[in-house]
Amino acid sequence: MSILVGRATRLLVQGITGREGEFHTRQMLEYGTSVVAGVTPGKRGMQVAGIPVFDTVKAAWEATGANASIIYVPAAFAADAIYEAVDAGIPLIVCITEGIPILDMLKVYHYVKLKGARLIGPNCPGLITPGEAKVGIMPGPIHVAGKVGLVSRSGTLTYEVVWELTQRGFGQSACVGIGGDPIIGTSFVDVLSLFQQDPATEAVVLIGEIGGTDEEEAAEFIGSRMTKPVVGFIAGQTAPQGKRMGHAGAIISGGRGTAAEKVAALQKAGVKVAKSPSQVGELVEVLGLDAGPTVDRQPSRNG
Amino acid sequence: MLAMKIHEYQAKQLLARYGIPVPPGEVAYSPGQARDIARRLGCPVVVKAQVLVGGRGKAGGVRLVSTPDDAEEVAKKIFSLHIKGSPVRKVLVAQAASVAQELYLGATLDRVTRRLVLIASSQGGVDIEEVAARAPEKIAKVFVDPFIGFSDYLARDLAFEIQLPPSLLRDFATISRGLIQAFVEVDASLVEINPLAITAQGQLWALDAKIVLDDNGLFRHKDLEALRDPDEENPYERQARENELSYVKLDGRIGCMVNGAGLSMATMDVIKLYGGAPANFLDIGGGAKADKVAVALRIILSDSNVKAVLFNIFGGITRCDEVARGIIAALDEVRPDVPMVARLVGTNEAEGRALLSRARMITATTLQEAAQKVVEVAR
Repeated sequence: MSILVGRATRLLVQGITGREGEFHTRQMLEYGTSVVAGVTPGKRGMQVAGIPVFDTVKAAWEATGANASIIYVPAAFAADAIYEAVDAGIPLIVCITEGIPILDMLKVYHYVKLKGARLIGPNCPGLITPGEAKVGIMPGPIHVAGKVGLVSRSGTLTYEVVWELTQRGFGQSACVGIGGDPIIGTSFVDVLSLFQQDPATEAVVLIGEIGGTDEEEAAEFIGSRMTKPVVGFIAGQTAPQGKRMGHAGAIISGGRGTAAEKVAALQKAGVKVAKSPSQVGELVEVLGLDAGPTVDRQPSRNG
Repeated sequence: MLAMKIHEYQAKQLLARYGIPVPPGEVAYSPGQARDIARRLGCPVVVKAQVLVGGRGKAGGVRLVSTPDDAEEVAKKIFSLHIKGSPVRKVLVAQAASVAQELYLGATLDRVTRRLVLIASSQGGVDIEEVAARAPEKIAKVFVDPFIGFSDYLARDLAFEIQLPPSLLRDFATISRGLIQAFVEVDASLVEINPLAITAQGQLWALDAKIVLDDNGLFRHKDLEALRDPDEENPYERQARENELSYVKLDGRIGCMVNGAGLSMATMDVIKLYGGAPANFLDIGGGAKADKVAVALRIILSDSNVKAVLFNIFGGITRCDEVARGIIAALDEVRPDVPMVARLVGTNEAEGRALLSRARMITATTLQEAAQKVVEVAR
């Protein structure tokens, strides 16, 4: 296990009987993740891909000892699903759902902290410890186990960078998608701190984007608390002010949250900042890590 | 997808329901109506263009008049304006106040503390960002506990800090409470009263109001969805929204279609890196089917600035063959003469490539290569 998930993870899927929930449950099982239970209210007794379905998170937890939950329920019900997982005592909650109202997340964020649980997301691809456990929707085959930790606010851009690293022979210790919303459960700093302590991680890649000040806070942390090398990329250098670029969190407002500011802050903290996703690979190469095993694979079907 | 803005007159109607005093006023759709309203209200009145862009005052879209005849005259001029590209289709005619002091009061989300922040300033009537840059000591902030909600002492703290006359404390607290309540009940992302005027008669009046709604909250406010002004939306952005596509029009010549918001931005950045300029941001989202891809391509091609198109798809949930089918369906219909570059990687990429090879498309295997090629052909 690198950080957060691994072979010891016993995963519960909230919303397992939905289209997304069922599809990704099969994908995660295929990857080797230990999925132990599903929850859909009113569907107790059903099975999805051989996994037993329960009415409540509490019942699923009592029957299976699940220690992590992934949430695929629609935005209108997502806050409720997170509260249910928190109150059942699930320590790690990953929320894939996109489009949760900000005011719901304000309360969720503080409640999760109050109860000592950890929330990843929402509006995120989840996380993966290559070769051990995939708790998310990312294409499994593009990843390979290795020494580079990756943390990102994005989804497909993360896959692009992972694929770049994998093709250059740099495997990943863990890849964590923290989500593209203005309020997310786990910040860059939280994940950077875990990577700094993780013996399996030798270097870190940080993928940020415009909006907010999370990257600036990350830069502060990197400059003062990290000894491992960090390579960065910030998406949205060409984005106009005041327009939301897809993600609810990706918006330059009042002249703040620009890519230029974030790049400057990271550079000041000693981060090597790439100009393009592919340059991330070049900059990691320059760090001179022992390359992992070279791979000869295409990101292929069923990703 | 944009955060939904509503007009000043709509924002004022909404705030009035929460006990916030606003000047009496009505909306006019013609100069003649403006005149009638001015007569009814009694002059002087202000005539204010109702558009969803800032800078109305500087553009001549806000005028004080002293007779109903002048109201008609001035309204006529305002109806002929285009403010930052937006034609004026309606004006608000409102009773004018004689103003002793202009304050600022607004609420928004503070991403650092993850709380609602209520902001006040003794320097109202100007852009609060300007005040923040020029005189940060003139800005007072209080944060609202997500579990407790608003409490009047927060408003008093603000009032003392901006040196509000003690006689107005109670009214200021009522307005602050109403503002936060409105924010929460409509799922706003910004509510601003600027200026909040102290009138010569010693009353507080919301002379202007701005509300931006959180798009993610709209599903529980069907009534507010009805406030959306279709005239104010770029037609392509509207078509995109109706098809659940994220589209933002930009000024360049290279149309982009990408899956994922971060990758869309990165694709634009790489185009710029190689000397090109993107014509749009367009995220088709996850798992897009062929028909959605076809709509997306039609939207891109309806921008006459577009001289070339780049497809950058990193398949995961999104299948490359579905995207290819959508592209081909749209091409059959619109038959564009602009060159196109496709880079499809991931789920079902071989099938996708095979489909596109029949469509005279330039292909690339990496984002870099794709960007270089599209910049080349767009020249």
